[in-house]
Amino acid sequence: MSLISNISWRSMALWKRNRDVFLTTWKTNFLPPFLEPILYLVAMGLGFGALIEADIEYGGRSLEYIKFLAPGLVAISIMYGAFFECTYSSFVRMYYQKTFDAILATPLSLEDIIAGEILWGATKSFINATIVLGVIAAFGYAEFPGLLLIPLISFVGGLMFASLAMLFTALVPNMDSFNYPFFLLITPMFLFSGTFFPLNVLPEWGQQLAMTLPLTHISNMARDLSYNMMSAELAIGAAYVIALTAVCFLASAYLMKKRLVK
Amino acid sequence: MPAVRAEKLTKVFDDLRAVDAIDFEIGEGECFGFLGPNGAGKSTTMRMIHCASPITSGELDVLGMAVNGRCREIKAAIGVAPQENNLDPDFTVRRNLTVYGRYFGLPKEVLEERADRLLEFMQLTEKRDERIQDISGGMKRRLIIARAMMNDPRLLILDEPTTGLDPQARHLIWEKVRELKRKKVTVVLTTHYMDEAERLCDRLVIMDHGKIILEGRPRELIDQVIGTDVMEIDEPTDEMETYVKVRGWQYERTIDRMLIYTEEGQNVAAELKERFAMSYYLIRNATLEDVFLRTTGRALVE
Ligand SMILES: Nc1ncnc2c1ncn2[C@@H]1O[C@H](COP(=O)(O)OP(=O)(O)OP(=O)(O)O)[C@@H](O)[C@H]1O
Ligand SMILES: [Mg+2]
Repeated sequence: MSLISNISWRSMALWKRNRDVFLTTWKTNFLPPFLEPILYLVAMGLGFGALIEADIEYGGRSLEYIKFLAPGLVAISIMYGAFFECTYSSFVRMYYQKTFDAILATPLSLEDIIAGEILWGATKSFINATIVLGVIAAFGYAEFPGLLLIPLISFVGGLMFASLAMLFTALVPNMDSFNYPFFLLITPMFLFSGTFFPLNVLPEWGQQLAMTLPLTHISNMARDLSYNMMSAELAIGAAYVIALTAVCFLASAYLMKKRLVK
Repeated sequence: MPAVRAEKLTKVFDDLRAVDAIDFEIGEGECFGFLGPNGAGKSTTMRMIHCASPITSGELDVLGMAVNGRCREIKAAIGVAPQENNLDPDFTVRRNLTVYGRYFGLPKEVLEERADRLLEFMQLTEKRDERIQDISGGMKRRLIIARAMMNDPRLLILDEPTTGLDPQARHLIWEKVRELKRKKVTVVLTTHYMDEAERLCDRLVIMDHGKIILEGRPRELIDQVIGTDVMEIDEPTDEMETYVKVRGWQYERTIDRMLIYTEEGQNVAAELKERFAMSYYLIRNATLEDVFLRTTGRALVE
């Protein structure tokens, strides 16, 4: 399939471009992912968690609420890192700055550009999630050695959310239209993917619905690794993530080609 | 082997034939011009040559490679200065060059050395650390041309390189194009400035409505279509026109002038002066602009 054979190592040149822009403004880039989880931990964990007297049951373990919450924050940062990058930021580069047009005159193919953008989006997830992980590990809410695998999950999960985001970027007519995927997809995932409460409190159909959401799998994987639990979810999650990434990547490359190549 | 060879090259957008079965051949080391009114299909042709736009039908080979199939190799070997500004606003002037060069996989030392050399040549060294938003339109144009040369291309595509430039900058670009020609780099150029085309192009085509309507060397085209001289007469009368017609001279009449195309301007003027009172007239050398207007239609009255 030419969508795949047109990808090459050259996509790294685009990745490097985005990295260079990121590094020139690193001060504004590092602070939010560092401060935000602290705010959530304080507000939700300490404040709201104080109201929750009973421990949370998760995978046969009982946990303090704040310790349950912490890996969920890592998962959320994985989702937002890539999704913001490959919607708003990619759209600005594609539509307003004509960066893709300029690069298309060089040996990069459009597929290289899409791949480079998605790799960069995943890198943003990796950076943000690793910062959040550092914060929660410092409080003791994630355990060695399982937590060492979470950066890997953040990159792979980042690839999935970046590909999903790129799909919308290929489709939307303007920036405001991103409100739809954010409102219909990202916010429900933020709330209902086992991030803030364990899914077993939901009715059966609710649990099944939650299992179709990408963030549920990332959240479960991050949590299992944080507590050093070797569960089937790691394998299921990995299969889900790989499958959805592949589908979204191919679809976004196809749609982007239709949009940009005239 | 020609640098670019097109046969029945066609581009259709929805129901618009933007480029309509054109044939042309550009020799290696040649400076080749595409002229034509707005919407003639020049940029579309350029975009097909550098693989930004797939061809609808026909054949197009660039540096001996077919555009469908070998885009990556073609793009690696050519430089493109597009009509529209698409510099990277996230970087400074100099980094626009180095980052762009990196897309070609060039090593760092080469990038640095070329960026400095090209900035120097385009007289942008002073602006090297400015942001793109902070430089003038003409400087952006110069930077785009510098950027197109980062990969030391064998073929350079310049789509309206001098639009919006001051005279100094235009001369600068011309100098650069001539230097490239000496180095046997093929240059493909579109422009709306006829003096520029006349000066730079070895050969050129005039396009209109997606078709090539004229092709040749600038001097030869002028001789063929116009002759050597043009006599321009202000406020001609109908009797004058009838006389010119009867004499069989090539002419054109617009709202307020008559242009007579001839090999012997002085004689024609003398002959007319004997018979008619002319408030104002002039005799000048024929130019490419006359060819352009004649062939793409200036005349409101034929
Ligand atoms: N992406 C596109 N979709 C639809 N029509 C297009 C597209 N690009 C160009 N066209 C049309 O194709 C025709 C040729 O356009 P082109 O840009 O090649 O003209 P041009 O000769 O470069 O004109 P100018 O001197 O104004 O730059 C125009 O009618 C234009 O509207
Ligand atoms: Mg054009």
